[in-house]
Amino acid sequence: MSVNLTLILVASVLVGTGAYLFLSRSLVRALMGFLLMGNGVNLLFIIGSGPAGSPPIVGADDGGPMADPVPQALVLTAIVITLAMTAFVLALAHRGWQVGRDDLVADDTESARIHARAEADDLGSEPGAREQAEEIAAETERSERGHHGRRDEGATDEEGGTA
Amino acid sequence: MSNGYAWMVPLLVLLPLIGAGLTLAAAGRTAVQRVVSVTALSGMTVLAGVLLWASDTQGPQVMFVGGWAANEGIVLVVDRLAALMVIVSTVVTLAVLAYSIGQGASGFDEESDGHSPLPVFHPTLLVLAAGVTTTFISGDLFHLYVGFEMLLAASFVLLTLGGTAERVRAGTTYVLVSLLSSIIFLAAIGLTYGATGTINLALLSERLGEIAPGTAALLQLMLLVAFAVKAAVFPMSGWLPDSYPTAPAPVTAVFAGLLTKVGIYAMIRTQTLLFPGSPFSDLLLVAALLTMIVGILGAIAQDDIKRMLSFTLVSHIGFLLFGIALGSTHGLAAAIFYVVHHITVQTTLFLVLGLVERVGGSTDSTRLGDLARISPLVGVLFFIPAMNMAGIPPFSGFLGKVGLVQAGVAEGSWLALLLVAGSVLTSLLTLYAVAKVWGRAFWSENARGITGQGPVRGGHHDALGLGVLAPTMALVAVGLTLTVVAGPLFDITTRSAVDLVLREPYLDAVLGVGAEAGP
Repeated sequence: MSVNLTLILVASVLVGTGAYLFLSRSLVRALMGFLLMGNGVNLLFIIGSGPAGSPPIVGADDGGPMADPVPQALVLTAIVITLAMTAFVLALAHRGWQVGRDDLVADDTESARIHARAEADDLGSEPGAREQAEEIAAETERSERGHHGRRDEGATDEEGGTA
Repeated sequence: MSNGYAWMVPLLVLLPLIGAGLTLAAAGRTAVQRVVSVTALSGMTVLAGVLLWASDTQGPQVMFVGGWAANEGIVLVVDRLAALMVIVSTVVTLAVLAYSIGQGASGFDEESDGHSPLPVFHPTLLVLAAGVTTTFISGDLFHLYVGFEMLLAASFVLLTLGGTAERVRAGTTYVLVSLLSSIIFLAAIGLTYGATGTINLALLSERLGEIAPGTAALLQLMLLVAFAVKAAVFPMSGWLPDSYPTAPAPVTAVFAGLLTKVGIYAMIRTQTLLFPGSPFSDLLLVAALLTMIVGILGAIAQDDIKRMLSFTLVSHIGFLLFGIALGSTHGLAAAIFYVVHHITVQTTLFLVLGLVERVGGSTDSTRLGDLARISPLVGVLFFIPAMNMAGIPPFSGFLGKVGLVQAGVAEGSWLALLLVAGSVLTSLLTLYAVAKVWGRAFWSENARGITGQGPVRGGHHDALGLGVLAPTMALVAVGLTLTVVAGPLFDITTRSAVDLVLREPYLDAVLGVGAEAGP
């Protein structure tokens, strides 16, 4: 089977740039990465469906070879699913902005706390690690309070907007 | 061989989807939503029971959607394994639904507008059930992907219910990891189609043997990676303990029970049907060992009981993977038995944790104390499934582990024996992790916990209503029943495993009937 080199190159560029964007901490950039990768994979289906041909519609046959309809159906489904997922991620990013005024994916403070505590246990007399553990615990408390504060603020913003 | 019950197969998906539509239309009318949801899930349970009987006595039930033959359209197949998974997952979902109903408005305080639970909960749970069932009964790789996406979309909504800052953070990680695994899965499907010209599982099992071994190995590895992310196999397991504990108790319970097991099911199905005699069984054994050990070491380090249980969830995925990697009839039979046990027990434990949170106001073991005296009933309800999970005789966890160990010893290679040692060690460490939180939260004398800070907020006064107790007790009872019916259950899982290894019953059912149904 001969394949279309241009399509392969385009697909790999899409997936490559998508993977790069996906590694970003910013949720919207990661979403862009997901979309690019998704389109790259959709092209993969088209490549896999073999050589181009006339439309696979009954009655539209011009005597030439017909394109394989199955991958087209699959790609259509995949596009629809991607659209739905995109809508959800955008809503999530919007909500993240409302509650945290931030688009970046935050760290899990609980695992950071346990990690620092374990280090403090291991090192025993080392003062630095223990202080660090306490610092992280305090930071967690602060950020919890901060989130609540900011959430209230967000709520009033919303009310202000709707009023 | 008879296909007389095939008409029931699509109903397994249609019922919850119709229910989801109705409950969505009835948003705000909580009573209507409850009736519809309970009816839909009960109906599914009955259907799954009948189909389990039919597939056990009369062979796999096959439905050709739209009357298309196997190579053109989507095929739905219910064999013993699929029917067993559907019935267990539906029972568990039903219990979680009953629990969330029993919680009443108070349980969703943070999410609700004050007088009713969030209207989106019921439809989303039903879509989740439909998605999970779709993956179990699908006989087509792309349809499997669609099922995954259905349950993922529903799980995204459930995980971020209410949209608090903590849930948005956890949800972001979960969503991104899930999307990535979906992309890998989709790419694998595209390549599979390019290589073989079909995505029907039965046809694939014939054609994959004819293509170059290197290509087949690539496809197998891509599918394995995609499913391993969903099943939380180490090193793709980091997302799970990070995201699950933040959700409301019923949501975490249903996630812990079902979502990872869907990945495991997909692995069992593809490994046995598409790639028999896999060249990667050693790789899977190593991954299983690491999943067990790393998971359980993570569990020991945790203070929060919810996080501890999430880590044991990851750890025990290793047991399931062990059985799959062995690939023998014994190994698969034990793994399927263990899946049934694991779904029930993990869901039960997270529901009990919901009770702990209602009584003690927290799930942080350093802030809890003396729970065994404050509420002996919750103590018993926690103790039984916890011991079950750790694998203490005579509970079903012990039986499942014995089955796996026997299968490992029968295999006899040094890696399999290492796995046997690893699984025994993991069981002991599970017992240690469970005993640690038990000692702190239930037996320590200081009711304000070892930190003396006490819970973040007081418990509910009506914390232990019958509405939340009854479903939890019912699930604990189901867990105990698994011990009682272990003999017949093991017989069924063994017959499923024999079919899986033979492959003929599945292929005959799909392709044989396909030839008759085709034009």
